[in-house]
Amino acid sequence: MGHVPNPRPAGDFRTSYIDDASLFKTRFEGRAAVAIVVALAVAAPFLSNYMLSQMILIGIYSIAALGLNILVGITGQISLGHGAFFGFGAFASAWIVNSFGIPAIIAIPLAGVLTTAIGMIFGVPAARIKGLYLAIATLASQFILEDFFARADWFSGGVYGSLAARPSIFGFALDTDLRYFFLVLFWTVVSVVAVTNLLRSRDGRALVAVRDHYLSAEIMGVNLTKYRILSFGISSFFAGLAGALFGHYLEFVSVEGFTILLSIQFLAMIIIGGLGSVYGTILGVIFVLLLPQVMEMAATSAADLVPALASGKAYIKEMSVGAAIILFLIFEPEGLIHRWRVIRASWKLFPFAR
Amino acid sequence: MNTELLLQLLVNGVIVGMLYGVVAMCFVLIYKSTQVVNFAQGEFLVLGGWVCLSLVVQMGLPFILAFIFTLVFMAIFGILVQQIILRPLIGEPIISVIMVTIGLSIFMQSLMNWIFGNDAKRFPDIFGSLSVITIGGLNVETAYVMSLVLSLLIMAVFYFFFRFTRHGLAMRATAFNQQIAQSLGISVKQTFAMAWAISALVSGVAGVVMGIVSAVSNSLAFVGIKVFPAVIVGGLDSIVGAVVGGLIIGVLENLAEFADGEYLHIGNLYTIAPFYVLIVILMIKPYGLFGTKDIERI
Repeated sequence: MGHVPNPRPAGDFRTSYIDDASLFKTRFEGRAAVAIVVALAVAAPFLSNYMLSQMILIGIYSIAALGLNILVGITGQISLGHGAFFGFGAFASAWIVNSFGIPAIIAIPLAGVLTTAIGMIFGVPAARIKGLYLAIATLASQFILEDFFARADWFSGGVYGSLAARPSIFGFALDTDLRYFFLVLFWTVVSVVAVTNLLRSRDGRALVAVRDHYLSAEIMGVNLTKYRILSFGISSFFAGLAGALFGHYLEFVSVEGFTILLSIQFLAMIIIGGLGSVYGTILGVIFVLLLPQVMEMAATSAADLVPALASGKAYIKEMSVGAAIILFLIFEPEGLIHRWRVIRASWKLFPFAR
Repeated sequence: MNTELLLQLLVNGVIVGMLYGVVAMCFVLIYKSTQVVNFAQGEFLVLGGWVCLSLVVQMGLPFILAFIFTLVFMAIFGILVQQIILRPLIGEPIISVIMVTIGLSIFMQSLMNWIFGNDAKRFPDIFGSLSVITIGGLNVETAYVMSLVLSLLIMAVFYFFFRFTRHGLAMRATAFNQQIAQSLGISVKQTFAMAWAISALVSGVAGVVMGIVSAVSNSLAFVGIKVFPAVIVGGLDSIVGAVVGGLIIGVLENLAEFADGEYLHIGNLYTIAPFYVLIVILMIKPYGLFGTKDIERI
């Protein structure tokens, strides 16, 4: 893979460490980010219901995928159980609301905290094992948690699932998709800022060091066990938070929704978006959510020519995700964000770049 | 205590465990020689079952012909997967390799559901496989006996192949050290292709056997997941370990079912017990019973 330059505007020099660790690399990037958020908030009331529901899902999945990206992209661990943690958050929030009468708006972050604890417990094997062994350990945690959801009637309502009412703030019910969208937008922005912030902190650099060369990291004084488990904790927090938002959005949490397929989907999102990249994650989420719908539309319109396609729409949707994972890994292993960087570099370096 | 039931379940456990062992062997074969973890092993199994079944049922071929055709098909399929999907990923990080086989498994699963349908289908009763024979007071279906014999046969062939043939030696050398193998004139490319061909072929056989014992359906792919506890217990890079691990998991499953049904009444312990064992083994002995311990040098 060729090195892609990441050019800064001429004359933009970093004169202090504080500058170098700024949240946004350039002033323009910061303004663009704020502009996008404002534009989304302003445009929301004019969006159709379908668009709005897609935006909400993109927000929720982005939070969870960001969490997974901390674990996989930043720390270099592997988790095949992220979907189960997402599910745990959904059940935990419903459980907190239904059993203790705590308002849902508080229960959502609380569910994230509970999921953190569970994630750190299941992350304990990560202290000793890595790579493939860890992948298999997290696969086991996926099945164990799924089994737990189906079994623990007191927690999840067992096979019947549990109800999760829409939250309200100071008596203002977030009962329409539009109102709920703002809650999701709020948490998405908080998560993006928190993760970006983490990456420029001491802990963030320690996580990157663990990924790049864990032996060197340990020699330099990074506590491997601590950071490996911490990374599981952080990633589970976002999974739990997103899961809670998801549960209260659907207003019902059922056991079947959080299978290994969901975990794989999260992995697909970060691989297609770009490992270790915050904005890449969001691109990946959009891609993975929209791809099956685009494929379904394509299959529907092609069904006039090839009648066999009409019956296979559901299968084509599933196949497209598998095919996307394979094709991206073979042809664009650094994900969509890499493509974006190439485009931006050739724009900035015109006419000198290809 | 219900001794008869316990014995019956133990026998079942051994027979199913042998099949797990065979699939685990295929998994280990690929891992050992090409350092790829094949999450699509279960789908290979299902594919073998479906191909043979549709040749017998739809084309009306005699079973033995269909079986031979299935073997050829699976071998070619294995080589194609290796050439097209895994060769470009040599040298990439482990997460990429894991994810590409997971992508393959999703793709194959939905494609097979599309082509062959979602319902379980049975083989026509060719061997009188449903008839029951009694061994030492235990009732065993003929199909189970056949599966046991076939598993033992496959294991024997594996042993013979790796111990006494030229290609087997080449594969062991490649597994030990690719660079040295290559410098001694072994074609590593060919060896990789062969590993995938053998693994897909034997998985296909296991799929056909499981199809005869129960029925062919997409749920057979779950064996591909059951393989993980088996290989972790046995050690990821040990063929003997795979067999032993498969046996242990098979027996353990049935013991869990016995304990569950007789005493605990939790329900569903059968499917989940292997994963608890998996976690425990990873915590106390991560390289399994027979695996080589990784020693890292700086």
